[in-house]
Amino acid sequence: MNDSLVPNPKISVRRLNFYYGSQQALKDNNLDIAEKAVTAIIGPSGCGKSTHIRCYNRIYEMYKGQVATGEILLDGENILDPSVDLIRLRMRVGMIFQRPTPFPMSIFDNVAYGLRLKAKLSRSELEARVEKALRDAALWDEVADKLYEPGTHLSGGQQQRLCIARAIAVEPEVILMDEPASAIDPVGTAKIEDLIFSLKNNYTIVIVTHNMQQAARVSDYTAFFYNGEVVEFGRTTDIFTRPQKKETEDYITGRFG
Amino acid sequence: MKERSITTRKAVNGVVTAAAGAAAVFGLAMLLWILGVVILRGIAAIDWSFFTQLPSPPGESGGGVANAIVGTFIITVVAAIIGVPLGVLAGTYVAEFGRDSRFASAIRFCANTLMGAPSIVVGVFVYTFMVVPMGRFSGIAGSVALAIIMLPIVARTTEDMLRLVPNSLRESALALGAPEHNMIVQVVFRAARSGMLTGIMLAVARVSGETAPLLFTTLNSPYWTVALDKPMANLTVTIFNYAMSPYTDWQAKAWGASLLITATVLIMNLAARAAARERRFGS
Repeated sequence: MNDSLVPNPKISVRRLNFYYGSQQALKDNNLDIAEKAVTAIIGPSGCGKSTHIRCYNRIYEMYKGQVATGEILLDGENILDPSVDLIRLRMRVGMIFQRPTPFPMSIFDNVAYGLRLKAKLSRSELEARVEKALRDAALWDEVADKLYEPGTHLSGGQQQRLCIARAIAVEPEVILMDEPASAIDPVGTAKIEDLIFSLKNNYTIVIVTHNMQQAARVSDYTAFFYNGEVVEFGRTTDIFTRPQKKETEDYITGRFG
Repeated sequence: MKERSITTRKAVNGVVTAAAGAAAVFGLAMLLWILGVVILRGIAAIDWSFFTQLPSPPGESGGGVANAIVGTFIITVVAAIIGVPLGVLAGTYVAEFGRDSRFASAIRFCANTLMGAPSIVVGVFVYTFMVVPMGRFSGIAGSVALAIIMLPIVARTTEDMLRLVPNSLRESALALGAPEHNMIVQVVFRAARSGMLTGIMLAVARVSGETAPLLFTTLNSPYWTVALDKPMANLTVTIFNYAMSPYTDWQAKAWGASLLITATVLIMNLAARAAARERRFGS
């Protein structure tokens, strides 16, 4: 399994195992994430989709008893190695969560939060970077006149785009999205999907979703997870039109899950 | 199955409602009685000189408790300067860094015990370890005693308020590459701000009415004293001394001081409630 599964892998996962205490949640995951493309991870609830991407920025380390083994190569460097600097890793690998998590501060400060951590910028530089991030997140037109109002006053869909703006402001290389539209109404979801489509020109995106239409619409590659294993991986068109494994076919045709 | 009579059930309901109502009325009546007496007798004792003048010599009328008002203010503020940062840091350790470690639960247990400890015990403790070595009663010893009483209150409310902040907020900050201390101070504290502020104000309100710890540490003084290393005038010990004195004028002053403290504590509690009502993000 050392051959790459995609032409230009940004991330290569090899023999990834994950444990919640004594309970094993991921079993020997092998997966390649193509650079500047969207990879969708689908599968029934509890199959390890979120757990899998939470390894890419080692956010699971916040919690005791959660352990990952194996290799996750980001540009060839194994990020599971204990010597890897977590702060630098997370500046390279951003994350969007299931529920929008605006910080209890103004819209401007939300977006500026990561920028201020990364570099000492002048006020005008900061303002320019915040505006660019909000424009890239397709939110600028809606918030330009209320940048100093609390981020929590926005609608759910706007809050999620604010979180995307906050993540892309620090210009990561990879963006992880953990069911980013599951708590958002259909209009908001459509906007976020458009956004994902435009972002893939500049970013490598991994999106976890339980919505198969969404995976089919936004992604170039799809991985089907079941019981903590990568059952099938390939181009999205192939996975959805001619799946090789019976479990994949059953899942995408709605026979279970 | 034999059905119970509707009349019996209604009667029982009536009795229970009446008993609960009577208990509530009794409790409220006691409170109003205390407040009423304090207000009536207190107002009679309060005039301009009450706030501006030094105490009169025993047996003479006139004078005020200006030094005690200033003294109580200084002792309480110094206590807050010592107790609040320690309490906030201890609560933060237990909620954020220690999490569910044995050390953290040991600290929590100690805080709970200390919170239940009678304040006179804290007074005797500070007397033994500060007043005796220093050779005299002092304002700073009183502040230390009050800070010890504040510490567990602030630590526990800080911990409780930080625990209410959802982990998703912490994950979001860490996922942006924030170091832990930045995540806690910039994001988690901000989210818990109004709750933490409420805890601090309740702790200050609680200690501003303490008498026993000050009796053993600061004592009292009939003079102007702003030096923290000397006995300092304060309202609660003044109430204690004056109320038990044989002079009617001093007894009246004790009522005035009682009213002043009650009003201050009430205002601080109202402010704490207002802070709690404030949304996560002010303005």
